Amino acid sequence: MAELSRTVREAPELYGRIAWMWVRSSLAYPLSFWLMTLGSALITFLDFVALWLMFSTVDALGGFELWEIALLYGASGIGIGVADLLIGSVEQIGDHVRTGTLDTMLTRPVPVLVQVCADRFALRRLGRITQAVAVFAWGAWSVDWSADKVVVAMGMVLGACAIFFSLFVTMSCVQFWTHDASEFANAFTYGGNTMTQYPLTVFPREVVRTLTFVIPVAFTNWYSCLHLLDRPDPFGMPGWFALAPLPVGILMLAVAGLAWRTGLRSYTSTGS
Amino acid sequence: MLYVAVATRAFRRYATYRAATLAGIFTNSVFGVIYSYVYLALWTARPGAGGYDAVDAVTYVWLGQALLMTVALWGGGSTDDLAARIRTGDVAIDLYRPVGLVGWYLAADLGRAAYHLLTRGLAPTVVGFVLFDIRLPDLAGAALFAVSIVLAVVTSFGFRFLVACSAFWLLDQSGVQLMSGVLAIFFSGLALPLVIFPEPLRSIALVLPWASYLQTPADVWLGTLDGTGLLAALGLQVAWAVVLLGCCRAVVGAATRRVVVQGG
Repeated sequence: MAELSRTVREAPELYGRIAWMWVRSSLAYPLSFWLMTLGSALITFLDFVALWLMFSTVDALGGFELWEIALLYGASGIGIGVADLLIGSVEQIGDHVRTGTLDTMLTRPVPVLVQVCADRFALRRLGRITQAVAVFAWGAWSVDWSADKVVVAMGMVLGACAIFFSLFVTMSCVQFWTHDASEFANAFTYGGNTMTQYPLTVFPREVVRTLTFVIPVAFTNWYSCLHLLDRPDPFGMPGWFALAPLPVGILMLAVAGLAWRTGLRSYTSTGS
Repeated sequence: MLYVAVATRAFRRYATYRAATLAGIFTNSVFGVIYSYVYLALWTARPGAGGYDAVDAVTYVWLGQALLMTVALWGGGSTDDLAARIRTGDVAIDLYRPVGLVGWYLAADLGRAAYHLLTRGLAPTVVGFVLFDIRLPDLAGAALFAVSIVLAVVTSFGFRFLVACSAFWLLDQSGVQLMSGVLAIFFSGLALPLVIFPEPLRSIALVLPWASYLQTPADVWLGTLDGTGLLAALGLQVAWAVVLLGCCRAVVGAATRRVVVQGG
Protein backbone atom coordinates (compact mmCIF):
# COMPACT_ATOMS: atom_id res chain seq x y z
CA MET A 1 0.00 0.00 0.00
CA ALA A 2 2.80 2.39 0.89
CA GLU A 3 4.45 1.51 -2.35
CA LEU A 4 1.29 2.26 -4.32
CA SER A 5 0.90 5.70 -2.77
CA ARG A 6 4.54 6.48 -3.51
CA THR A 7 4.00 5.49 -7.13
CA VAL A 8 0.94 7.73 -7.41
CA ARG A 9 2.86 10.62 -5.83
CA GLU A 10 5.88 10.28 -8.04
CA ALA A 11 4.15 9.46 -11.33
CA PRO A 12 3.37 13.07 -12.37
CA GLU A 13 6.97 14.16 -11.74
CA LEU A 14 8.40 11.21 -13.67
CA TYR A 15 5.91 11.84 -16.44
CA GLY A 16 6.92 15.48 -16.57
CA ARG A 17 10.60 14.65 -16.87
CA ILE A 18 10.08 12.26 -19.81
CA ALA A 19 7.66 14.66 -21.49
CA TRP A 20 10.11 17.55 -21.18
CA MET A 21 12.80 15.45 -22.83
CA TRP A 22 10.53 14.90 -25.83
CA VAL A 23 9.66 18.59 -26.01
CA ARG A 24 13.36 19.42 -26.21
CA SER A 25 13.96 16.76 -28.83
CA SER A 26 11.09 18.02 -30.99
CA LEU A 27 12.66 21.49 -30.88
CA ALA A 28 15.79 20.08 -32.51
CA TYR A 29 14.11 20.63 -35.87
CA PRO A 30 12.49 24.03 -35.23
CA LEU A 31 10.92 24.42 -38.69
CA SER A 32 9.26 21.02 -38.39
CA PHE A 33 8.10 21.80 -34.86
CA TRP A 34 6.42 25.04 -35.84
CA LEU A 35 4.91 23.56 -39.00
CA MET A 36 3.53 20.70 -36.92
CA THR A 37 2.08 23.11 -34.34
CA LEU A 38 0.57 25.24 -37.08
CA GLY A 39 -0.67 22.11 -38.85
CA SER A 40 -2.35 20.75 -35.71
CA ALA A 41 -4.11 24.05 -35.15
CA LEU A 42 -5.09 24.25 -38.83
CA ILE A 43 -6.41 20.69 -38.90
CA THR A 44 -8.90 21.44 -36.14
CA PHE A 45 -9.62 24.90 -37.50
CA LEU A 46 -10.59 23.51 -40.91
CA ASP A 47 -12.57 20.81 -39.14
CA PHE A 48 -14.82 23.49 -37.68
CA VAL A 49 -14.82 25.42 -40.96
CA ALA A 50 -16.35 22.31 -42.59
CA LEU A 51 -19.12 22.40 -39.98
CA TRP A 52 -19.57 26.12 -40.56
CA LEU A 53 -19.75 25.57 -44.34
CA MET A 54 -22.53 23.03 -43.74
CA PHE A 55 -24.48 25.90 -42.23
CA SER A 56 -24.15 27.89 -45.43
CA THR A 57 -26.64 25.33 -46.80
CA VAL A 58 -28.88 24.79 -43.74
CA ASP A 59 -30.07 26.77 -40.71
CA ALA A 60 -30.17 23.85 -38.29
CA LEU A 61 -28.75 20.34 -38.14
CA GLY A 62 -30.77 17.79 -36.19
CA GLY A 63 -32.76 20.74 -34.81
CA PHE A 64 -29.70 22.54 -33.42
CA GLU A 65 -28.25 25.87 -34.50
CA LEU A 66 -24.56 26.47 -35.18
CA TRP A 67 -23.78 28.15 -31.83
CA GLU A 68 -25.41 25.23 -29.98
CA ILE A 69 -23.36 22.74 -31.97
CA ALA A 70 -20.28 24.86 -31.19
CA LEU A 71 -20.93 24.20 -27.51
CA LEU A 72 -21.15 20.43 -28.10
CA TYR A 73 -18.14 20.50 -30.42
CA GLY A 74 -16.01 22.53 -28.01
CA ALA A 75 -16.80 20.40 -24.95
CA SER A 76 -16.02 17.14 -26.72
CA GLY A 77 -12.92 18.71 -28.31
CA ILE A 78 -11.51 19.88 -24.96
CA GLY A 79 -12.03 16.38 -23.53
CA ILE A 80 -10.28 14.48 -26.29
CA GLY A 81 -7.67 17.23 -26.70
CA VAL A 82 -6.51 17.03 -23.08
CA ALA A 83 -6.60 13.23 -23.11
CA ASP A 84 -4.68 13.09 -26.39
CA LEU A 85 -2.03 15.53 -25.14
CA LEU A 86 -1.46 13.67 -21.89
CA ILE A 87 -1.78 10.03 -22.89
CA GLY A 88 -2.44 9.88 -26.64
CA SER A 89 0.86 8.01 -27.03
CA VAL A 90 -0.67 4.95 -25.39
CA GLU A 91 -1.92 4.17 -28.92
CA GLN A 92 1.64 3.10 -29.73
CA ILE A 93 1.59 0.27 -27.20
CA GLY A 94 1.39 -2.28 -30.03
CA ASP A 95 4.64 -0.94 -31.48
CA HIS A 96 6.33 -1.28 -28.09
CA VAL A 97 5.12 -4.87 -27.81
CA ARG A 98 6.09 -5.76 -31.37
CA THR A 99 9.53 -4.21 -31.36
CA GLY A 100 10.38 -5.31 -27.83
CA THR A 101 10.87 -1.82 -26.40
CA LEU A 102 8.29 -2.70 -23.74
CA ASP A 103 10.90 -5.06 -22.26
CA THR A 104 13.22 -2.12 -21.73
CA MET A 105 10.42 -0.18 -20.08
CA LEU A 106 9.65 -3.04 -17.71
CA THR A 107 13.19 -2.94 -16.35
CA ARG A 108 13.11 0.76 -15.53
CA PRO A 109 12.02 2.00 -12.08
CA VAL A 110 9.17 4.03 -13.58
CA PRO A 111 5.59 2.74 -13.98
CA VAL A 112 5.13 1.36 -17.51
CA LEU A 113 1.93 3.32 -18.10
CA VAL A 114 3.77 6.56 -17.29
CA GLN A 115 6.56 5.65 -19.72
CA VAL A 116 4.20 4.65 -22.52
CA CYS A 117 2.01 7.74 -22.12
CA ALA A 118 4.88 10.20 -21.91
CA ASP A 119 6.62 8.61 -24.89
CA ARG A 120 6.83 11.02 -27.85
CA PHE A 121 4.98 13.67 -25.82
CA ALA A 122 3.88 16.26 -28.38
CA LEU A 123 3.37 19.81 -27.15
CA ARG A 124 1.94 20.74 -30.55
CA ARG A 125 -1.32 19.06 -29.51
CA LEU A 126 -2.00 22.21 -27.48
CA GLY A 127 -3.16 23.62 -30.83
CA ARG A 128 -6.21 21.38 -30.76
CA ILE A 129 -7.11 22.26 -27.17
CA THR A 130 -6.81 25.97 -27.92
CA GLN A 131 -9.17 25.62 -30.87
CA ALA A 132 -11.71 23.60 -28.84
CA VAL A 133 -11.64 26.17 -26.02
CA ALA A 134 -12.18 29.00 -28.54
CA VAL A 135 -15.13 27.22 -30.18
CA PHE A 136 -16.63 26.40 -26.76
CA ALA A 137 -16.23 30.01 -25.61
CA TRP A 138 -17.99 31.24 -28.74
CA GLY A 139 -20.93 28.90 -28.09
CA ALA A 140 -20.95 29.69 -24.35
CA TRP A 141 -21.36 33.39 -25.15
CA SER A 142 -25.03 32.79 -26.00
CA VAL A 143 -25.77 30.52 -23.02
CA ASP A 144 -28.01 31.95 -20.31
CA TRP A 145 -25.59 31.26 -17.42
CA SER A 146 -26.51 30.56 -13.78
CA ALA A 147 -24.63 29.08 -10.81
CA ASP A 148 -25.87 25.52 -11.35
CA LYS A 149 -24.92 25.69 -15.03
CA VAL A 150 -21.35 26.63 -14.10
CA VAL A 151 -21.17 23.54 -11.87
CA VAL A 152 -22.60 21.36 -14.67
CA ALA A 153 -20.10 22.81 -17.17
CA MET A 154 -17.12 22.16 -14.89
CA GLY A 155 -18.24 18.62 -14.20
CA MET A 156 -18.71 18.10 -17.92
CA VAL A 157 -15.21 19.22 -18.87
CA LEU A 158 -13.52 17.13 -16.16
CA GLY A 159 -15.74 14.16 -16.96
CA ALA A 160 -15.06 14.45 -20.70
CA CYS A 161 -11.29 14.40 -20.08
CA ALA A 162 -11.62 11.33 -17.83
CA ILE A 163 -13.90 9.50 -20.27
CA PHE A 164 -11.62 10.05 -23.28
CA PHE A 165 -8.57 9.32 -21.12
CA SER A 166 -10.12 5.94 -20.19
CA LEU A 167 -11.14 5.17 -23.77
CA PHE A 168 -7.59 5.75 -25.01
CA VAL A 169 -6.16 3.35 -22.43
CA THR A 170 -8.89 0.69 -22.49
CA MET A 171 -9.11 0.40 -26.26
CA SER A 172 -5.34 0.45 -26.71
CA CYS A 173 -5.05 -2.55 -24.38
CA VAL A 174 -6.43 -4.66 -27.22
CA GLN A 175 -2.96 -4.30 -28.73
CA PHE A 176 -1.45 -6.45 -26.01
CA TRP A 177 -3.06 -9.30 -27.92
CA THR A 178 -3.19 -7.95 -31.50
CA HIS A 179 -0.04 -5.88 -31.86
CA ASP A 180 -0.75 -4.20 -35.17
CA ALA A 181 -4.39 -3.26 -34.57
CA SER A 182 -3.76 0.27 -33.32
CA GLU A 183 -6.50 1.65 -35.57
CA PHE A 184 -9.14 -0.33 -33.68
CA ALA A 185 -8.97 2.19 -30.83
CA ASN A 186 -9.54 5.10 -33.23
CA ALA A 187 -13.09 3.93 -33.90
CA PHE A 188 -13.89 4.57 -30.22
CA THR A 189 -11.71 7.57 -29.38
CA TYR A 190 -11.84 9.69 -32.52
CA GLY A 191 -15.10 8.04 -33.56
CA GLY A 192 -16.65 8.97 -30.21
CA ASN A 193 -15.32 12.49 -30.58
CA THR A 194 -16.73 12.82 -34.11
CA MET A 195 -20.17 11.55 -33.04
CA THR A 196 -20.41 13.92 -30.09
CA GLN A 197 -19.45 16.87 -32.30
CA TYR A 198 -22.97 16.65 -33.67
CA PRO A 199 -26.30 16.76 -31.81
CA LEU A 200 -27.22 13.15 -31.06
CA THR A 201 -30.67 13.80 -32.57
CA VAL A 202 -28.91 13.11 -35.88
CA PHE A 203 -28.58 9.42 -34.92
CA PRO A 204 -31.23 6.74 -34.35
CA ARG A 205 -32.38 5.96 -30.80
CA GLU A 206 -30.40 2.66 -30.59
CA VAL A 207 -27.15 4.46 -31.40
CA VAL A 208 -27.81 7.03 -28.68
CA ARG A 209 -28.59 4.25 -26.18
CA THR A 210 -25.27 2.57 -27.06
CA LEU A 211 -23.43 5.87 -26.60
CA THR A 212 -25.04 6.26 -23.18
CA PHE A 213 -24.93 2.81 -21.63
CA VAL A 214 -22.24 0.83 -23.51
CA ILE A 215 -19.55 3.27 -24.64
CA PRO A 216 -20.69 6.28 -22.60
CA VAL A 217 -19.28 9.08 -24.77
CA ALA A 218 -22.70 10.79 -24.70
CA PHE A 219 -21.72 11.94 -21.20
CA THR A 220 -18.74 13.90 -22.52
CA ASN A 221 -21.03 16.69 -23.65
CA TRP A 222 -24.59 15.78 -24.69
CA TYR A 223 -26.50 15.56 -21.39
CA SER A 224 -24.70 18.48 -19.76
CA CYS A 225 -25.04 20.67 -22.84
CA LEU A 226 -28.79 19.98 -22.99
CA HIS A 227 -28.96 21.42 -19.48
CA LEU A 228 -26.83 24.45 -20.45
CA LEU A 229 -29.14 25.05 -23.40
CA ASP A 230 -32.31 24.59 -21.32
CA ARG A 231 -33.47 21.85 -23.68
CA PRO A 232 -35.38 18.76 -22.56
CA ASP A 233 -33.82 15.45 -23.64
CA PRO A 234 -35.32 14.49 -27.01
CA PHE A 235 -34.85 10.80 -26.13
CA GLY A 236 -36.48 11.15 -22.71
CA MET A 237 -33.45 10.46 -20.51
CA PRO A 238 -33.57 11.85 -16.94
CA GLY A 239 -32.42 15.41 -16.30
CA TRP A 240 -29.89 14.45 -13.62
CA PHE A 241 -27.73 12.89 -16.37
CA ALA A 242 -26.38 16.45 -16.71
CA LEU A 243 -24.41 15.88 -13.49
CA ALA A 244 -23.29 12.34 -14.37
CA PRO A 245 -20.11 12.98 -16.46
CA LEU A 246 -17.70 13.06 -13.51
CA PRO A 247 -18.97 9.87 -11.80
CA VAL A 248 -19.09 8.12 -15.19
CA GLY A 249 -15.54 9.30 -15.88
CA ILE A 250 -14.28 7.96 -12.53
CA LEU A 251 -15.99 4.62 -13.14
CA MET A 252 -14.38 4.40 -16.56
CA LEU A 253 -10.94 5.22 -15.13
CA ALA A 254 -11.36 2.19 -12.88
CA VAL A 255 -12.24 0.03 -15.89
CA ALA A 256 -9.22 1.41 -17.77
CA GLY A 257 -6.93 0.58 -14.84
CA LEU A 258 -8.25 -2.96 -14.75
CA ALA A 259 -7.84 -3.37 -18.52
CA TRP A 260 -4.27 -2.09 -18.34
CA ARG A 261 -3.32 -4.49 -15.50
CA THR A 262 -4.91 -7.45 -17.29
CA GLY A 263 -3.13 -6.56 -20.51
CA LEU A 264 0.25 -6.08 -18.90
CA ARG A 265 -0.08 -9.34 -16.95
CA SER A 266 -0.80 -11.27 -20.13
CA TYR A 267 2.24 -9.75 -21.83
CA THR A 268 4.92 -12.15 -22.89
CA SER A 269 8.01 -10.70 -24.48
CA THR A 270 8.52 -11.02 -28.21
CA GLY A 271 11.97 -12.31 -27.34
CA SER A 272 13.60 -10.36 -30.13
CA MET B 1 8.44 -5.89 -65.83
CA LEU B 2 10.67 -4.69 -63.01
CA TYR B 3 8.00 -2.20 -61.96
CA VAL B 4 5.42 -4.98 -61.82
CA ALA B 5 7.74 -6.93 -59.50
CA VAL B 6 8.17 -3.86 -57.27
CA ALA B 7 4.41 -3.33 -57.16
CA THR B 8 3.75 -6.99 -56.35
CA ARG B 9 6.23 -6.94 -53.45
CA ALA B 10 4.64 -3.79 -52.06
CA PHE B 11 1.22 -5.42 -52.29
CA ARG B 12 2.46 -8.48 -50.37
CA ARG B 13 4.22 -6.39 -47.78
CA TYR B 14 0.99 -4.70 -46.76
CA ALA B 15 -0.90 -8.02 -46.92
CA THR B 16 1.25 -9.23 -43.98
CA TYR B 17 -0.54 -7.04 -41.44
CA ARG B 18 -3.92 -8.75 -41.26
CA ALA B 19 -5.05 -7.47 -37.86
CA ALA B 20 -4.14 -3.93 -38.93
CA THR B 21 -6.27 -4.34 -42.05
CA LEU B 22 -9.23 -5.69 -40.08
CA ALA B 23 -8.95 -2.95 -37.48
CA GLY B 24 -8.80 -0.39 -40.29
CA ILE B 25 -11.88 -1.79 -42.00
CA PHE B 26 -13.73 -1.66 -38.68
CA THR B 27 -12.73 1.95 -38.08
CA ASN B 28 -13.57 3.02 -41.64
CA SER B 29 -17.00 1.40 -41.24
CA VAL B 30 -17.68 3.15 -37.93
CA PHE B 31 -16.83 6.52 -39.45
CA GLY B 32 -18.91 5.63 -42.51
CA VAL B 33 -21.94 5.04 -40.29
CA ILE B 34 -21.37 8.28 -38.34
CA TYR B 35 -21.07 10.48 -41.43
CA SER B 36 -23.96 8.71 -43.18
CA TYR B 37 -26.32 9.83 -40.42
CA VAL B 38 -24.85 13.34 -40.35
CA TYR B 39 -25.21 13.71 -44.13
CA LEU B 40 -28.71 12.24 -44.01
CA ALA B 41 -29.64 14.94 -41.49
CA LEU B 42 -28.04 17.58 -43.70
CA TRP B 43 -29.76 16.41 -46.87
CA THR B 44 -33.08 16.04 -45.05
CA ALA B 45 -32.81 19.69 -43.99
CA ARG B 46 -31.79 20.73 -47.51
CA PRO B 47 -32.72 18.16 -50.19
CA GLY B 48 -30.73 18.46 -53.39
CA ALA B 49 -27.81 20.40 -51.86
CA GLY B 50 -24.87 20.47 -54.29
CA GLY B 51 -26.90 18.56 -56.88
CA TYR B 52 -26.86 15.42 -54.71
CA ASP B 53 -29.87 13.61 -53.29
CA ALA B 54 -29.71 11.75 -49.96
CA VAL B 55 -28.66 8.49 -51.63
CA ASP B 56 -25.83 10.27 -53.47
CA ALA B 57 -24.69 11.86 -50.21
CA VAL B 58 -24.56 8.55 -48.32
CA THR B 59 -22.80 6.88 -51.26
CA TYR B 60 -20.28 9.73 -51.19
CA VAL B 61 -19.56 9.05 -47.51
CA TRP B 62 -18.70 5.40 -48.17
CA LEU B 63 -16.61 6.25 -51.24
CA GLY B 64 -14.66 8.62 -49.00
CA GLN B 65 -13.98 5.85 -46.48
CA ALA B 66 -13.02 3.49 -49.32
CA LEU B 67 -10.58 5.91 -50.92
CA LEU B 68 -9.07 7.25 -47.69
CA MET B 69 -6.30 4.65 -47.52
CA THR B 70 -6.25 3.77 -51.23
CA VAL B 71 -5.33 7.33 -52.18
CA ALA B 72 -3.30 7.74 -48.93
CA LEU B 73 -5.29 10.89 -48.28
CA TRP B 74 -3.39 12.16 -45.28
CA GLY B 75 0.00 10.81 -46.23
CA GLY B 76 1.90 7.57 -45.81
CA GLY B 77 2.63 4.96 -48.44
CA SER B 78 5.89 4.24 -50.24
CA THR B 79 7.00 7.84 -49.92
CA ASP B 80 7.37 7.39 -46.15
CA ASP B 81 10.13 4.87 -46.87
CA LEU B 82 11.77 7.39 -49.18
CA ALA B 83 11.66 10.09 -46.49
CA ALA B 84 13.26 7.70 -43.99
CA ARG B 85 15.98 6.77 -46.49
CA ILE B 86 16.72 10.41 -47.22
CA ARG B 87 17.11 11.04 -43.50
CA THR B 88 19.53 8.18 -42.99
CA GLY B 89 21.39 8.81 -46.24
CA ASP B 90 20.46 5.39 -47.64
CA VAL B 91 18.86 7.21 -50.54
CA ALA B 92 22.36 7.48 -52.05
CA ILE B 93 22.12 3.76 -52.84
CA ASP B 94 18.75 4.29 -54.54
CA LEU B 95 20.28 6.98 -56.71
CA TYR B 96 23.00 4.63 -57.95
CA ARG B 97 20.45 2.07 -59.11
CA PRO B 98 19.84 1.92 -62.88
CA VAL B 99 16.14 2.63 -62.22
CA GLY B 100 14.44 5.99 -61.92
CA LEU B 101 13.70 6.98 -58.34
CA VAL B 102 10.23 8.29 -59.21
CA GLY B 103 9.23 5.19 -61.21
CA TRP B 104 10.43 2.82 -58.46
CA TYR B 105 8.50 4.48 -55.68
CA LEU B 106 5.44 5.03 -57.90
CA ALA B 107 5.31 1.30 -58.69
CA ALA B 108 5.58 0.45 -55.00
CA ASP B 109 2.83 2.92 -54.17
CA LEU B 110 0.52 1.54 -56.84
CA GLY B 111 1.04 -1.93 -55.35
CA ARG B 112 0.14 -0.57 -51.92
CA ALA B 113 -2.90 1.24 -53.32
CA ALA B 114 -4.12 -1.96 -55.00
CA TYR B 115 -3.96 -3.78 -51.68
CA HIS B 116 -5.76 -1.01 -49.83
CA LEU B 117 -8.45 -0.80 -52.54
CA LEU B 118 -9.17 -4.53 -52.37
CA THR B 119 -9.34 -4.58 -48.57
CA ARG B 120 -10.00 -1.19 -47.01
CA GLY B 121 -11.79 0.03 -50.11
CA LEU B 122 -14.02 -2.90 -50.88
CA ALA B 123 -14.96 -4.07 -47.38
CA PRO B 124 -16.36 -0.77 -46.02
CA THR B 125 -18.27 -0.29 -49.29
CA VAL B 126 -19.94 -3.68 -48.73
CA VAL B 127 -20.77 -2.67 -45.15
CA GLY B 128 -22.26 0.58 -46.41
CA PHE B 129 -24.22 -1.27 -49.05
CA VAL B 130 -25.71 -3.60 -46.43
CA LEU B 131 -26.57 -0.86 -43.91
CA PHE B 132 -27.66 1.97 -46.19
CA ASP B 133 -29.18 2.73 -49.55
CA ILE B 134 -26.23 3.19 -51.90
CA ARG B 135 -26.00 4.10 -55.57
CA LEU B 136 -24.04 1.75 -57.84
CA PRO B 137 -22.56 2.82 -61.21
CA ASP B 138 -23.27 1.12 -64.53
CA LEU B 139 -20.49 -0.79 -66.30
CA ALA B 140 -19.12 2.23 -68.19
CA GLY B 141 -19.24 4.29 -64.99
CA ALA B 142 -17.34 1.58 -63.10
CA ALA B 143 -14.64 1.44 -65.80
CA LEU B 144 -14.20 5.23 -65.74
CA PHE B 145 -14.15 5.13 -61.94
CA ALA B 146 -11.23 2.68 -62.09
CA VAL B 147 -9.34 5.05 -64.40
CA SER B 148 -10.14 7.96 -62.09
CA ILE B 149 -8.81 6.11 -59.02
CA VAL B 150 -5.49 5.35 -60.73
CA LEU B 151 -5.17 9.04 -61.59
CA ALA B 152 -6.10 9.88 -58.00
CA VAL B 153 -3.33 7.65 -56.63
CA VAL B 154 -0.76 9.05 -59.07
CA THR B 155 -1.68 12.65 -58.19
CA SER B 156 -1.55 11.93 -54.48
CA PHE B 157 1.76 10.10 -54.98
CA GLY B 158 3.19 13.13 -56.78
CA PHE B 159 2.38 15.31 -53.77
CA ARG B 160 3.64 12.83 -51.20
CA PHE B 161 6.85 12.30 -53.18
CA LEU B 162 7.52 16.05 -53.21
CA VAL B 163 6.80 16.19 -49.47
CA ALA B 164 9.26 13.34 -48.85
CA CYS B 165 11.86 15.14 -51.00
CA SER B 166 11.61 18.18 -48.75
CA ALA B 167 13.68 16.06 -46.36
CA PHE B 168 16.67 16.59 -48.71
CA TRP B 169 16.68 20.23 -47.60
CA LEU B 170 14.93 20.16 -44.21
CA LEU B 171 16.27 16.79 -42.94
CA ASP B 172 12.85 16.16 -41.38
CA GLN B 173 9.73 16.11 -43.50
CA SER B 174 7.11 15.59 -40.77
CA GLY B 175 6.04 19.24 -40.52
CA VAL B 176 5.55 19.60 -44.27
CA GLN B 177 3.81 16.23 -44.31
CA LEU B 178 1.27 17.29 -41.69
CA MET B 179 0.50 20.56 -43.48
CA SER B 180 0.10 18.72 -46.76
CA GLY B 181 -2.27 16.22 -45.12
CA VAL B 182 -4.37 19.03 -43.63
CA LEU B 183 -4.84 20.66 -47.05
CA ALA B 184 -5.58 17.29 -48.66
CA ILE B 185 -8.33 16.42 -46.17
CA PHE B 186 -10.07 19.75 -46.60
CA PHE B 187 -9.69 20.29 -50.35
CA SER B 188 -10.24 16.67 -51.45
CA GLY B 189 -13.81 16.79 -50.21
CA LEU B 190 -13.26 14.38 -47.32
CA ALA B 191 -14.23 16.92 -44.67
CA LEU B 192 -17.26 18.03 -46.70
CA PRO B 193 -18.16 17.36 -50.38
CA LEU B 194 -16.69 20.16 -52.48
CA VAL B 195 -19.98 20.42 -54.40
CA ILE B 196 -21.73 21.92 -51.36
CA PHE B 197 -19.00 24.50 -50.69
CA PRO B 198 -20.36 28.03 -51.25
CA GLU B 199 -19.11 29.88 -54.32
CA PRO B 200 -16.44 30.99 -55.17
CA LEU B 201 -14.70 28.52 -52.82
CA ARG B 202 -16.38 25.65 -54.65
CA SER B 203 -15.02 26.56 -58.09
CA ILE B 204 -11.54 27.18 -56.70
CA ALA B 205 -11.48 23.86 -54.81
CA LEU B 206 -12.67 21.92 -57.85
CA VAL B 207 -9.67 22.94 -59.99
CA LEU B 208 -7.07 22.31 -57.28
CA PRO B 209 -5.17 18.98 -57.51
CA TRP B 210 -6.77 17.64 -54.30
CA ALA B 211 -10.18 17.41 -56.00
CA SER B 212 -8.64 14.46 -57.87
CA TYR B 213 -8.32 12.49 -54.62
CA LEU B 214 -11.99 12.04 -53.82
CA GLN B 215 -14.45 14.51 -55.35
CA THR B 216 -13.70 13.60 -58.98
CA PRO B 217 -13.74 9.78 -58.56
CA ALA B 218 -16.92 10.10 -56.47
CA ASP B 219 -18.65 12.21 -59.13
CA VAL B 220 -17.60 9.67 -61.78
CA TRP B 221 -19.11 6.89 -59.65
CA LEU B 222 -22.31 8.83 -58.96
CA GLY B 223 -22.68 9.80 -62.62
CA THR B 224 -23.37 13.43 -61.73
CA LEU B 225 -21.11 14.70 -64.55
CA ASP B 226 -22.34 14.86 -68.15
CA GLY B 227 -20.25 14.28 -71.33
CA THR B 228 -18.06 17.39 -71.47
CA GLY B 229 -18.04 17.86 -67.70
CA LEU B 230 -16.83 14.29 -67.27
CA LEU B 231 -14.14 14.73 -69.91
CA ALA B 232 -13.00 17.97 -68.31
CA ALA B 233 -12.82 16.41 -64.84
CA LEU B 234 -10.78 13.42 -66.02
CA GLY B 235 -8.64 15.68 -68.22
CA LEU B 236 -7.86 17.85 -65.19
CA GLN B 237 -6.83 14.74 -63.24
CA VAL B 238 -4.45 13.74 -66.06
CA ALA B 239 -3.05 17.26 -66.23
CA TRP B 240 -2.31 17.42 -62.49
CA ALA B 241 -0.79 13.91 -62.51
CA VAL B 242 1.56 14.87 -65.38
CA VAL B 243 2.52 18.22 -63.82
CA LEU B 244 3.22 16.69 -60.40
CA LEU B 245 5.28 13.78 -61.78
CA GLY B 246 7.25 16.35 -63.81
CA CYS B 247 7.93 18.28 -60.61
CA CYS B 248 9.05 15.07 -58.90
CA ARG B 249 11.64 14.41 -61.62
CA ALA B 250 12.90 17.97 -61.45
CA VAL B 251 13.21 17.85 -57.66
CA VAL B 252 15.07 14.53 -57.75
CA GLY B 253 17.48 16.09 -60.27
CA ALA B 254 18.08 19.09 -58.04
CA ALA B 255 18.38 16.92 -54.93
CA THR B 256 20.83 14.52 -56.58
CA ARG B 257 23.30 17.31 -57.10
CA ARG B 258 22.93 18.31 -53.47
CA VAL B 259 23.25 14.78 -52.09
CA VAL B 260 26.46 14.25 -54.05
CA VAL B 261 27.90 17.43 -52.58
CA GLN B 262 26.89 16.37 -49.07
CA GLY B 263 27.97 12.79 -49.49
CA GLY B 264 24.52 11.49 -48.41
